[in-house]
Amino acid sequence: MSNNPNNWPLWEIFIQSKRGLEHKHVGSLHAADPQMAIENARDVYTRRQEGNSIWVVLAEHVHASRPEDAESFYDPADDKVYRHPTFYTMPEGAKYI
Amino acid sequence: MTEVKNLEELFQAKIDAEQKIEPKDWMPDAYRKNLIRQISQHAHSEVVGMLPEGNWITRAPSLKRKAILLAKVQDEAGHGLYLYSAVETMGTSREQTIEDLLSGKAKYSSIFNYPTLSWADIGAIGWLVDGAAIMNQVMLCRTSYGPYARAMVRICKEESFHQRQGYEIMAVLAKGSPEQKEMAQDALNRWWWPSLMMFGPTDANSPHSAQSMKWKIKRQSNDELRQTFIDRTVQQAEVIGLSIPDPDLKWNEASQHYDWGAIDWTEFNNVVAGNGPCNKERLAARNKAHNDGTWVREAALAYAAKKAKRKAA
Repeated sequence: MSNNPNNWPLWEIFIQSKRGLEHKHVGSLHAADPQMAIENARDVYTRRQEGNSIWVVLAEHVHASRPEDAESFYDPADDKVYRHPTFYTMPEGAKYI
Repeated sequence: MTEVKNLEELFQAKIDAEQKIEPKDWMPDAYRKNLIRQISQHAHSEVVGMLPEGNWITRAPSLKRKAILLAKVQDEAGHGLYLYSAVETMGTSREQTIEDLLSGKAKYSSIFNYPTLSWADIGAIGWLVDGAAIMNQVMLCRTSYGPYARAMVRICKEESFHQRQGYEIMAVLAKGSPEQKEMAQDALNRWWWPSLMMFGPTDANSPHSAQSMKWKIKRQSNDELRQTFIDRTVQQAEVIGLSIPDPDLKWNEASQHYDWGAIDWTEFNNVVAGNGPCNKERLAARNKAHNDGTWVREAALAYAAKKAKRKAA
């Protein structure tokens, strides 16, 4: 973690807008520790009751796929149309399927 | 070299297909530089923009207006932060971005170098300055760089209250005593032309515009946005009985737009060059706030380290 007082560690902020929904990435901010990150996230991202729960994750702990690899990386899904329900022909007259 | 050219073609093809560019995507250096400059200027404008309004928080005419102004200024701080975060995704450190503001290297919107002399100025800023900013920001919600576009969507959602509270202040003053109405008119007189300047140089004098349009960073020209702003605002001024300080303002039946007078670009260039009424004061205030906060930044880190150590023990 950064020990530079002019560049506190960077946190990625995730907010759950309502119980039952997923936490969604909303942005990032700098804070000295997790508690401060959560309180600042409240002040920055939930001023209009947009949130019900906040997750903060150190940005340096986020690992991501590489956009330049996208083609080969997602290639295995390209030829499997049978994973979609519309692939199948249903007999005429069958209901609720 | 051919590889870079191919990458540039792929990049432009993505833009042409209305796909957003994300932080880890390849992008031309000039695109990155252009956006770092534009987004950081935008962020600095939000932050410096708190100063002219902050000037009236302790002197707001009622508790209601004071609470509203506080909330608005707090929003501006938030907007600055969304934008600083967006700049940071392009690989510049927050520290560097702030340093560029404090040293005077980076620019911010010139409008904030004008003073707020009366309470009506708070109305004029919300109505005109935020109104002009909204025109630009609505366009930027569709800008090609993903993090910038997302910050803009968030900002636009919050910005509309700013413009409405300002217009309401003006409407209330315009309906008040003759002195109050005069105060509103005086604020309009002083803020009108600087607000028009906010849209930047005319298209003919805006050398970077073509490239920004090609990259879909912007999607409407300075002059188009300025004209729309004028058309809308003139009508709003009529509704509350204030007059736009432009003797050449006239409805043009043929173009279905207002014709209007010439902007004093010498004044604009002077303020941009640092010679506006409040340039020095604004920069000094930001530097003071930053320096006075040094011990807070250090103490917070020390406290975090102490807590982490205790937890480990």
